[in-house]
Amino acid sequence: MQRALLAGFLISLTCAILGVFLVLRRDAMIGHGLAHVTFGGVALGLFLYLSPILVALGVAVVSALGILKLKERAGLHGDTAIGIISSLGMALGIILVSLAGSFNVDLFGYLFGSVLAIDPEEVWVALILALVVLFTIALFYQEFVYLTFDSESAKVSGVKVRRLDSLMAILTAVTVVLGMKVVGILLVSALLVIPAAAALQVARSFKEALAISASLAGISALGGLIMAFYLDWPASGTIVAVSGLLFLILFQMRPYRKTTGEELS
Amino acid sequence: MTSNNPLIHVENVSLDWQGLQVLKEVSFAISAGDFLALIGPNGSGKTTLIRIILGLVKPTEGRVFLMGEKAEQFTQWQRIGYVPQKATHLDSFFPASVREVVAMGLISLKRFPRLLTRQDELSIDQALGRVGLKGLKSRRIGELSGGQQQRVFIARAIVNGPDVLFLDEPTAGVDADTQTRFYDMLAELNRKEGLTIVLITHDFGIITKHANKVACLNQRLFFHGTHEEFCSSQMVQELLHGEHHLICHHH
Repeated sequence: MQRALLAGFLISLTCAILGVFLVLRRDAMIGHGLAHVTFGGVALGLFLYLSPILVALGVAVVSALGILKLKERAGLHGDTAIGIISSLGMALGIILVSLAGSFNVDLFGYLFGSVLAIDPEEVWVALILALVVLFTIALFYQEFVYLTFDSESAKVSGVKVRRLDSLMAILTAVTVVLGMKVVGILLVSALLVIPAAAALQVARSFKEALAISASLAGISALGGLIMAFYLDWPASGTIVAVSGLLFLILFQMRPYRKTTGEELS
Repeated sequence: MTSNNPLIHVENVSLDWQGLQVLKEVSFAISAGDFLALIGPNGSGKTTLIRIILGLVKPTEGRVFLMGEKAEQFTQWQRIGYVPQKATHLDSFFPASVREVVAMGLISLKRFPRLLTRQDELSIDQALGRVGLKGLKSRRIGELSGGQQQRVFIARAIVNGPDVLFLDEPTAGVDADTQTRFYDMLAELNRKEGLTIVLITHDFGIITKHANKVACLNQRLFFHGTHEEFCSSQMVQELLHGEHHLICHHH
């Protein structure tokens, strides 16, 4: 349980911080798309008798960069590019599962998360990867914020926009694979989106948005895991449910209401 | 405060895009101290020309020199300030404080990892002071009025002490009084601090009141000269179909 709490907390925090950037860049669905791709990567790893996590990581990184290239070269909108890549990833997974007949591991754990069964080695891997992602975000913080707010002006200021877009894509892929352990492929996008969306309801600055998102993710992870442990509920669903509840609370607290014609009349 | 050394030199720039000629053989220079109004009908290539100068778009032909260096090799981006057209279309929910937005302008000055120092905070305060918004540093950008937001973007563009400021229709959607105050502020930055300004505008009042140079573009550069030369140009009269008189009354 202690390992689950540590890993769950750290991974959720990482997802939440990255999620603020993704939501504001209108890339919220990329987590969902890469999660589908991760399923294909896990199946490929199991099929080839290789580490499913490492293969999934490789496939997710390549797919994230592929989504970026489709947006740049084919002129597709983000959601279309994500739809194409994620569908292909899921299709790969379905075909490989069918060809294999069955796997000696529990695919259910990858689909729905298995943080309560996390072993010490996995905790270390999660710790290192999460710290690498967080450290990278901290290192390039000013550039990422400028890029997210106004990429054109950022480019005029000398920010290497394309390189940073690629770096963001890689960080997202790593974070999705990390998140898969906590809540599974089916719900990992919730870890990226919900705390960030909740924070944006009340934050008065970008740093505040990151801090609130991270706090909400921590509360969701710890609260969800403890509830799941004592109530014998599935950890992934409980964590996401707590996160959703926190979003509803902050939504009601939001001070910034968009003014529409209907509200003015 | 004009100078014979051009800050920006555009040499025979053309751009073809998907079979359409957007710009054709445009050549001109911008000198230090100019307040240049770039005018022309919609679709004339004004925004595209600015984007070419700033390296956001590559021309099909021609070259651009920034402060004497070829644009492709230029690295002193701290000397350039830019307020893009879409600055007026801000997402009001974006969680950035005024201070954070202005701080973005310091990136071009700082080396990696670009940590902000106490001196940077002073620069942010000074930039906000110059645009009359010092007391709003902690406010969220989306809470400000359109005119105030524009001033924040000006502050962001000037916080690094640029030599030249490019603005692309910065007052679209802003009321007339706010526009007047905004352009008076720009004129003061030009007059008192020697900031070179290149402004895309549809507002002929600006040309009358503040600009010392005018460039008239419609795929080609039809005119580039002083306000007085502009008023006496027969070609411009024909191009502007009678709107010419709005610019050329003398005080």
